Parts: sequence; C-alpha cells; structure tokens
Amino acid sequence: MKYVDEYRDSTLAKPLVDELQRAVTKPLRVMEVCGSHTMAIFRNGLRTILPEGMELVSGPGCPVCVTSASHMDAFIAMADQPGVRVTIFGDLFRVPGTHTSLAIASSRGAKVDIVYSPMDALDLAEKNPGELVIFLGVGFETTTPGIAATILAAKNRNISNFVVFSTQKLMPPPMIALLSDPALKIDGLLCPGHVSSIIGAGAWEPLAKDYNLACVVGGFETADLLKSLILLAKQVGSEEIKVENVYPRAVAWEGNARACKMVDEIFKPTDMDWRGLGNIPLSGLKIRSKYSSFDAEQRLDIDLPKAEEPKGCMCGEILKGLSTPNECPLFDTRCTPANPIGPCMVSSEGTCAAYHKYGRDL
Amino acid sequence: MSEKTVLLDHGSGGLASQQLISDLFLKYLDSPILRSLEDSAILDNQPGRLAFTTDSYVVDPLFFPGGDIGKLAVHGTINDLAMRGARPLCLSLGLILEEGFPLADLEKVIISIAEACNETGTPIVTGDTKVVPRGKADKVFINTSGIGHVDEDIDISSKNAKEGDAIILSGTMGDHGITIMTRRAGISVQGNLLSDTMPLHRLVAILLKELPHGSIHSLRDPTRGGVASTLNEVAENSGLCIEISDEALPVRPEVNAACELLGLEPLYLANEGKCLVVVSGNQADKALEVMRSTPEGKEAAIIGHLIAGKAGRVIINTPVGGARVVMPLHGMPLPRIC
Repeated sequence: MKYVDEYRDSTLAKPLVDELQRAVTKPLRVMEVCGSHTMAIFRNGLRTILPEGMELVSGPGCPVCVTSASHMDAFIAMADQPGVRVTIFGDLFRVPGTHTSLAIASSRGAKVDIVYSPMDALDLAEKNPGELVIFLGVGFETTTPGIAATILAAKNRNISNFVVFSTQKLMPPPMIALLSDPALKIDGLLCPGHVSSIIGAGAWEPLAKDYNLACVVGGFETADLLKSLILLAKQVGSEEIKVENVYPRAVAWEGNARACKMVDEIFKPTDMDWRGLGNIPLSGLKIRSKYSSFDAEQRLDIDLPKAEEPKGCMCGEILKGLSTPNECPLFDTRCTPANPIGPCMVSSEGTCAAYHKYGRDL
Repeated sequence: MSEKTVLLDHGSGGLASQQLISDLFLKYLDSPILRSLEDSAILDNQPGRLAFTTDSYVVDPLFFPGGDIGKLAVHGTINDLAMRGARPLCLSLGLILEEGFPLADLEKVIISIAEACNETGTPIVTGDTKVVPRGKADKVFINTSGIGHVDEDIDISSKNAKEGDAIILSGTMGDHGITIMTRRAGISVQGNLLSDTMPLHRLVAILLKELPHGSIHSLRDPTRGGVASTLNEVAENSGLCIEISDEALPVRPEVNAACELLGLEPLYLANEGKCLVVVSGNQADKALEVMRSTPEGKEAAIIGHLIAGKAGRVIINTPVGGARVVMPLHGMPLPRIC
C-alpha cells in the first residue's frame, strides 16, 4: 500500500532502531499526545526495544477518553428522546456515562447509528424526514473540517432535521494547561500527525519556545515513529529545542488553510469540559449563531447534568501522563474492554485499552 | 403488480407452506431423503465416529461480494465439521423468514444453498421453515446443522498442539470481515474486496492423506474474532505459548487499506474460508507444499510456532525486532474516531 508499506519495511526500520539507541545520550521523557500514536507504538512493539533512559508517556489525545461524563449523560438523554436518531463514530458506543451507555440505550430501543462520516448522518436525516438526526461531534481538529463541511452541505441541501451537538476540542490548549503543571516532567512531545495536518506543524512552536519542549510532528508507521523518537532524543541531547516535522507527506508547516477557513466559518472557540482535566478556557468549539439552526444546543433544551467520575478510576491522572494504567486499582480487574469503567479503556485509542491489549509481559 | 413476498401463511403448515416446499425447496434442494418429507431423516450407519455441529447465520447485507448468506450457511457448517477431520455427510436447513421478505430473494438464497451443496456433495436431508411477523426478524435467519464421518484413528483437537509445532494459515486474513463491514458502512474501497467464503473439507482431506498419520494436531477456522482470537484459544487449550511473525501474516493490500481507513486490524476480522493448521514442526514444509497445491490453500503461509512460555499467551514479533502480546477480541470491532 503506497505511503504505508514502505514506512513499515523492516529493512528501513532496523537501521533506525540502531540509530535510536545511539541518539539517546541523556535520560528523556517523551509524551505521545495522540491515541493513534499510543496504539501504533504498541503495535510495533517499540516499547520493548526502547533505549535505556527513554521513557514514553501517553497524553490526552484520544477524543473519546476526554469526553466528560456529563456530556456522555447528555448524549444518552438525547438518544432516549422520541423522534430522535443519534449518530456517532463507533468508539463512542460503549463509553459509560454516569449510569449507562449509548450501547445500553440502543438495546432499550433508542435509535443510535454508527456512521463513518458526518455526511452519512446527513444522508440519514434526508432519508428520515420525520426524525431529528443529531450528530455527536466528539473529536479534535482532524474531524472538525468534515463536520463544518457537513453543516454547509445541510444548509445547501435545505435539510432542516439535521443538527450537530459539538464537543469538538482543540489540542494545543490542554497541552499548555498540562505543561503548566510542575508535576508533569516531560522533555519532548511527539506531536499528533493527523491534528497537525490541519493546524500545521507551526502550531506547536509556542510550546517549544515557552516551555523549552522538544517537538516533533510524526506519522504513524514504523519508520515515522522511529525517526520522530530519534529527532526528539537528538534535540534533548544537544539542547537545540525546536519544532521539527518528519511527516511532510501529510503535514505542512502552515497546515490546511482551506480546512481552517471552513472551520472558522462555522465554529468559534469556547470553554470546554475535559474528562480528567476539568474546564479549560477556549479549548472547545461551538457553532456560531449564524448557523444556530444546525446547533443541537440551540435547537434542543439540553441540560448538562453534573456528573461524577467513577470512583477509583484514574483516567484523569492517566490522561495527564501522571500515572500509567498499571497503577490504577481498577485496571484489568473491574475495568476491562468488555466492561469498561473509565473511557480510556473503551476507546480503541485509549491508553488503558492499549495497555490491556498490548502492554502485558511477554 | 407488486413483487411476491413471504406471508405469514407460508409458515402456517397449510397449503402455502406445502407450495413453498414443492415450488422452491424441493425444486432446488431435491434429494431422495428430503423428498420423502418425513419428520426426520434416516441415515445409513457406517463404521467410525460421527461429528455433529450446528451454526446459525445472520448477516447484513444478505448478498455481498464473494458470497451470500446461503453460501455461508453451507460452507460454515461444512468447515466446522472439517476442522475435526470429519468428511461432511449431510446438513439440515432451518429457515426463519420475516414476513414481507421478497420471494425472489428467498429463491436466490435457496439457489445459492443448492449450488454450495452440489459443489461439496453434501445434501440437505431435513429442514424446517418458520415465518415471523414483520420486524420480529431481519429478512432471513438460517440455521444449518451438519453430520460428518470421522475415521477411527483421527484425533484432531487444539489440546493436541505440542511445543515445536508450526502454525500454517491457509491464506489471507480478514477478507470476509472487511467486505461485510465496508458494505454495511457504504464505503467503497478500490481493489474489489471479496468475501473468502469457501468450503475447506477438500483441503483437510488432502492434508490428512498426504501427511504422515498423526502429524496434523489441530485445525481451526478463524471466523468471528479472527486469527487473533482463534490463536488465543489454541494457546489456552494446549497450555502453551504461541509466537507469530507480523511479516509472515498474509493480508491483501486492499484489506490492509480498508483496515487503515477504519482503524481495524486484520488479525481480528472474520474469515469464512481459511483454516489454521497446527502441524508437527518436522512436517511443516511438507504441509505447506500440500496446501499450496490446492486452490483453497494456494496463499498458505507458516505464520508461527508453539513454544514453551507463558501458557495461553500469543506473542507477535514485529518487523523492528520488537514484540507484543496479541489479545483475543473483546466485543465487536468498532471503527475509530480519527
């Protein structure tokens, strides 16, 4: 497969493994922000061959994991309303709210459809004019342009029974919030490749400058990951801290201007609740009033109930990179992918799911 | 005139039921035993032992590239028999039909079942049909049970797997699972995804004939849960550890592409025409050669071995020289948010 297989080639990867061993000259802690990076690192077995002195911690870059329990409760309450069809990306299906999940709501008769694109949700709205089709926007910068395009398409196609409940989030604000916490000691950031394809590698420059944090934008294949870790180790070793982009086949320095313009047309920044991280100013996106007829929050009376995080669950600490799943008392005992308690276990990109699936002793 | 559909009358046991049997089922599935329309089929006895299995088939969509629910219902049950070293003898066919299901589609399913039965030489010898009100079932559900004959000296079971055994996969992974998932999602992926549904009894028969007696220890078809889940069962049942190589796993490029798009792993996707063969290490090359000489196994590959180690563990070695654990599937595979 072009642009994938060549980056997985073992003849390319093995010399990079040796180079990584040589590149680590000082102990360093690297945070991989993105859930897809966490999974790719495990899938490649990279944790078993990391050089001594190099430590990887997972960050808050799994959209499902950072969705607050009160948002989940609101999603489920919406799905339970008559005449409503809720459409979601698959990961959200099993995420627990305070008492129940969309999967359980669906088994009780609520209409919950898994879609692969918000455009599919719009098609469902067109086919079911008697229903209000709500798309639950749970994602980062990567998915926002698709949702913006869908809202524009809904306007152009005069589809009035389609709305979006936006909990779309931005990646840099929580990173700044995290870095302000002295408990989190990290030297480098493996910046999220998909998010960077929209906002650009340059978006990470303030982190490099203000927090003296080595930043490398990387892809998701074996060679991408190794090359990113090598550059991070070299930056930390030489103390020449900057933003480097080793994913130029997908990421431009300035990002995708067209996508950003479309997002800006539909959305504006707003304060947002993050599971485990609390409310972070201007870290989310809400639909501008110009497009209020497509905004679930403005069309429906949505009550965001106060919700408590499950007792004993350490997802918050894990999302901040302060703990690993093995330190959570619920991990792999009461909390498993079949019966998840915290969201980091349910999402296929969640840190706990990754540790459960791949992280055992050989 | 509107198209003819299944009516509740077709399940009444009355005239409409009789017509369905004679005009559709006997038309395509005729066999001397079925034709007698008695309450049960009487089968001739023969020396050896019998293998008996049952499976139910619910798939959406009913018709998909590479097959349909009818083919699945015949192949799946034949394969379950073959995985114990049995030669399939005959099948039962139970149909649960939803009121309003187009009779033309039912005919297509029955023709497909008949083709698969003829092709494998495995007749339907007994059957049953029920009709449920609209909305109480989804179009058609099928159950087939199968009886097969096992020679006296055949003992194939995953508990027989031994340290040093090789594991051969008969072909590419994930073709069926990804075909169904992309069809359901309405995603068209270039490269023509096709279900791999096919019967494996001939492949098994040739293996048993060509290899020294007792060298095939276990046969498993990695259907739901994929190769990952089946390997975990073999490791669990044998009390051994399985080590496989990422680079040895056969996957079609188009399946890989669709998996990348949806955030799925071929290791966890269903197969309907593949088997995992656990064979004595010293017969692995011979088994591979025999399998590759057959149409069912032409893309077979040795993917790993049974080793001493943590009992029940499956480990995969990655191209960079790393390793990780392969867990069984939990819940249904859900595509990720990207």
